Amino acid sequence: METPTSLDVPTVRGGRRQRRRRATVVTAALLLVVACLFVLTMMLGSYYVSPIDVITSVLGLRDDPTTDFIVRDLRLPTAASGVAVGLALGLSGVIFQKLLGNPLASPDFVGVSSGASLFAVSSIVLFDASSSAVSGSALLGALLTALLIYVLAWRDGITGYRFVLIGIGVSNFMVAIIGYIVSRAELYEARQAMTWLAGTIGQSGAGELRTLLVAVVVVIPLALVLERPLRTLELGDDTATALGSRVERNRLVLIALSIVLIGFSTAVAGPILFVALIAGPIAQRLTGSAGGILTAGLVGAVIVLGADLVAQQALPTPLPTGVVTGIIGAPYLIWLLATVNREGRGG
Amino acid sequence: MTLLDRSAPAGEQRPTHRSRAALSAGLVALIGLLAVVCFFSITMGARGVGLSTIWKAFTDYDPGNAAETVIRELRVPRTLIGIVAGAALGLSGAILQGVTRNPLADPGIMGINAGAAAFIVFGIMVLGTQSVSTYVWFAFVGAGVATVTVYGIASFGREGATPVKLALAGAAVTAILSSITSAIVMTNVSALNELRFWQVGSLAGRYFPVLWQTLPFLVVGLLVALGTGRALNGLALGEDLAVALGQRVRLTRIVMFVTVAVLCGAATAACGPIVFVGLVVPHLARMICGPDYRWILAYSLFLTPVVLLAADIVGRVVVSPGELQVGVVIGVIGAPAFVLLVRYRNLAEL
Repeated sequence: METPTSLDVPTVRGGRRQRRRRATVVTAALLLVVACLFVLTMMLGSYYVSPIDVITSVLGLRDDPTTDFIVRDLRLPTAASGVAVGLALGLSGVIFQKLLGNPLASPDFVGVSSGASLFAVSSIVLFDASSSAVSGSALLGALLTALLIYVLAWRDGITGYRFVLIGIGVSNFMVAIIGYIVSRAELYEARQAMTWLAGTIGQSGAGELRTLLVAVVVVIPLALVLERPLRTLELGDDTATALGSRVERNRLVLIALSIVLIGFSTAVAGPILFVALIAGPIAQRLTGSAGGILTAGLVGAVIVLGADLVAQQALPTPLPTGVVTGIIGAPYLIWLLATVNREGRGG
Repeated sequence: MTLLDRSAPAGEQRPTHRSRAALSAGLVALIGLLAVVCFFSITMGARGVGLSTIWKAFTDYDPGNAAETVIRELRVPRTLIGIVAGAALGLSGAILQGVTRNPLADPGIMGINAGAAAFIVFGIMVLGTQSVSTYVWFAFVGAGVATVTVYGIASFGREGATPVKLALAGAAVTAILSSITSAIVMTNVSALNELRFWQVGSLAGRYFPVLWQTLPFLVVGLLVALGTGRALNGLALGEDLAVALGQRVRLTRIVMFVTVAVLCGAATAACGPIVFVGLVVPHLARMICGPDYRWILAYSLFLTPVVLLAADIVGRVVVSPGELQVGVVIGVIGAPAFVLLVRYRNLAEL
């Protein structure tokens, strides 16, 4: 990089360092908040467990069968899936928004989640499937739907714009069929299906959870590696090509990554709305321009864990996590409306 | 008319212009087609009935005769609701496409029907509203709130309400509303049971009271809507030109959005949320009669009920003796049409 001639070099460097420091501090703070919420999720419930007991039990430092059972077998899966699902949704959402240059482009709305939902609901209603089979078919549904959208949107390459619109069309199609299946089901199956559709982090078994954790652990480093090409793509296709970026390939890999993440998280927790939509913008606000995609993932984890605490502990009757995040979405949209956002290539 | 001809986009896809006589003849043929579809809608179903039974049901009604009762109590209201709701959705779609100058505007995709549906559910479940006359008002408010919110959200940013932003805003608002709805019904099994039938748009099980309650609003809405053709033609030239031609653009927009909210609210109160039909039919109309909104509105008025009733009949025949709700049939047919539209039409065209 050549040094800019018209600007004072130390000032530029100082500003950059300051922004980077802010991003680091925010990321560290978010990590701390996630850790606290993680522990808090395991403390609360019909039986209170003290934070020390939770930590020692999870780390296996103490031998107390009752506490171990409550913490490790009952609450740890929920807390862990909260973290994993939140990370996955936050990352997936921010990648989508940056790729498409549109703060409303969330993978929730482009059909991937509704494809997963259609497969999951069919397996619940038509085949009476076990919970791991439901997760498996949701994942299959997400991937097949994404493939379908990709094929339908392909016309001498993919534009984000066509991808989103066709995704919304496909999503409406899936919703029509889901409605039909649910209206034909027995009442108890319909209830089960609608609960799944509302999305909650406490519903998966240990097996699916392990798969999600592995996926997150594999995908996060990959996403971090691809962060630089993503930033280049943000400048627009022409600029990115001029900078020597392989636009089409990078975009494909990033979309695939985003879809794998949302597919896994939907398989584990059902469709949890709006986390993917709001995590990115919040992270951006917190860190300023230097924020990375990992921050968005952490914000996602904070939102999911927080929403689940509200849904399970703060309300008179426990509700699915997705209902709470969906209702958080409303003020966000109003805020978007009120601030009349100036950013965004939009189209 | 000369002005309109010049406004047509130059280049490959110059819309067809047919003579006024040809278009009028087409309209008459369309009305004939609607009559035929109505006939099938009344006669076909789990129990087939003949022409003589229909005649007898109205001239010499015998309450003991099951076939005649089916016609009077079920098939005729269902067909009438199909006609008015279809007309309402078609005209709303055409107006929305014109006023937003957006080829993908549709009351379903923009979340307007979902807004009406969510408010109705809210009225029934939370406030215990039972009578149709009350919940129609909830539907209007819901449709109005959704229209304003979606258009407002989509209009932020530099380019204003582009197709993608409108569709995304519609999807987002629909998602919020469905969260709120499921929060309401999740704790109440009987409410959940009602909702799962309600949320699929259907013409079945809606009887005369629903029709009588929504009919006045629909008729007024339809009349106002039909009168907007000229103003829509003006807006199609672009806001600046419309102002230069002496149009009060802001007032026109407000009138149109209110009309759309009334039409969609009433249609949703009558048959639940139905997506895609308001999108596809105005495009068909535009293919037939070119860019003049006066003709597009007239054709949509008759063509949408034809499509809706035909879909309803298909739904009754395909899985006979059960039935596929009309919302499902429209969803299955409409989605491929939507995809084709996105792929092959030049979206900057309106």
